[in-house]
Amino acid sequence: MQEYHLKLPLTQEDVQALRAGDMVYLTGPMLTGRDAAHKRLIQLLDEGKELPVDVRGQAIYYVGPAPASPGHAVGSAGPTTSYRMDAYTPQLLKQGLNCMIGKGRRSDAVRAAMREYSAVYLGAVGGAAALIARSIKSMEVLAYPDLGTEAIHRFTVENFPAIVLMDAHGGNLYESGPAQYREE
Amino acid sequence: MREIPVPRVTEKVKELFLTAAYYIGADVEAAVKAAAETEPSPIGKSVLCQLCENYQIAREEQVAICQDTGMAVLFIDVGQDVHFTGGDFEQAVQEGVRQAYSEGYLRKSIVDDPLFDRKNTGDNTPAILHLRIVPGDKVRFLVTAKGFGSENMSAVKMCVAADGEEGVRNFIVDTARKAGPNPCPPMIIGVGVGGTFEQAALIAKRMTARPVGSHNPDPRYAKLEADALAAINRLGIGPAGIGGRTTCLAVNIDFFPTHIAGMPVAVNICCHAARHAEGEI
Ligand code: SF4
Repeated sequence: MQEYHLKLPLTQEDVQALRAGDMVYLTGPMLTGRDAAHKRLIQLLDEGKELPVDVRGQAIYYVGPAPASPGHAVGSAGPTTSYRMDAYTPQLLKQGLNCMIGKGRRSDAVRAAMREYSAVYLGAVGGAAALIARSIKSMEVLAYPDLGTEAIHRFTVENFPAIVLMDAHGGNLYESGPAQYREE
Repeated sequence: MREIPVPRVTEKVKELFLTAAYYIGADVEAAVKAAAETEPSPIGKSVLCQLCENYQIAREEQVAICQDTGMAVLFIDVGQDVHFTGGDFEQAVQEGVRQAYSEGYLRKSIVDDPLFDRKNTGDNTPAILHLRIVPGDKVRFLVTAKGFGSENMSAVKMCVAADGEEGVRNFIVDTARKAGPNPCPPMIIGVGVGGTFEQAALIAKRMTARPVGSHNPDPRYAKLEADALAAINRLGIGPAGIGGRTTCLAVNIDFFPTHIAGMPVAVNICCHAARHAEGEI
């Protein structure tokens, strides 16, 4: 297990170096999106249209933040469960997305696409939403403002804490981690 | 007969949802702190410490513990000697939820039509109400703000008598195993045994709010709680699902008489952001 302080967007060298179980602290811009935004992006791709945001080489955080109270850049903003994005993810990875941040298991199709297109899947601690929000310095809406919390935002983060859950080489912390502590 | 003007209901409901969103229960916080001391996985321990820090930030800054501030569910026991005045009782409850979510900077997560439109209602209503008429002239509230990462991992099974204690335990443990990392472990599991399909589920939901560390007064059910808890913590899922021994903080079981031909079992999973509050007017 290694610890890295990385600048966003990640380079392909960064992605290739990371291994399931590594701790990372991210600084820079990341996109946000949940099911509703993914659905619209994929619809555009299916129709051969251009996306409203460039996903090439970018990171996307699966989050629907709570509204910001006065004095805060953003409200509580922990990860949502990622499997709801699985149906859409391989197409975005094909477009060049190289980093996803969420929580929970991914489908075999997503894992295969992560190896094929070289991408990492990071975990933020689900429910540590007020703590995570402290590392988010600013937020702006990039697309789909009508979706409210589910719009695509750009977060600018500083030392955003995450754990490598699945790497670009097939490593999966959801298998290797629990296997160490299972007593069945 | 005691008269209660409905604006008092609105006020109370609002207060309880704000309390639930910002202040974790002392029982849950103590259990997570204790687990952070004993968790053998270093990364698991760091997750538990992050959760403790998160509870503290939420409390001090009056911000939501988790961004998913849930769907509002209320268990309300209305004294039969109460007379509500000045408006519609249910509307007063919905208004309390509306005010808490809009004024408290809580996320609005409810869509109107579940299948076709899925348009956000914008104020986190409607809330779900479970009412009982009880003796007396008080109104008691138990409110829970139910996050859906854990709600989605819940299950109901129509067991039969032959499944026995082992069948019930296995269903609870299997539901936790399948849930894995998705419901943000460490989780709190509410279980309803008996009744009918919906009664078992209602009991399970109530049991997610029973204090961590309490036990069913019937020693046989208390043992089932302890056995299921121990079995789940042997699964290795761990904090955030990335390995460890702290997977579940409590298995809370309650039961209800049932039909000679059946034994429904409902397992409702709740995450460590177990937000509920109680109050009375
Ligand atoms: S499961 Fe609970 S802690 Fe996790 S994101 Fe949902 S509400 Fe928050």
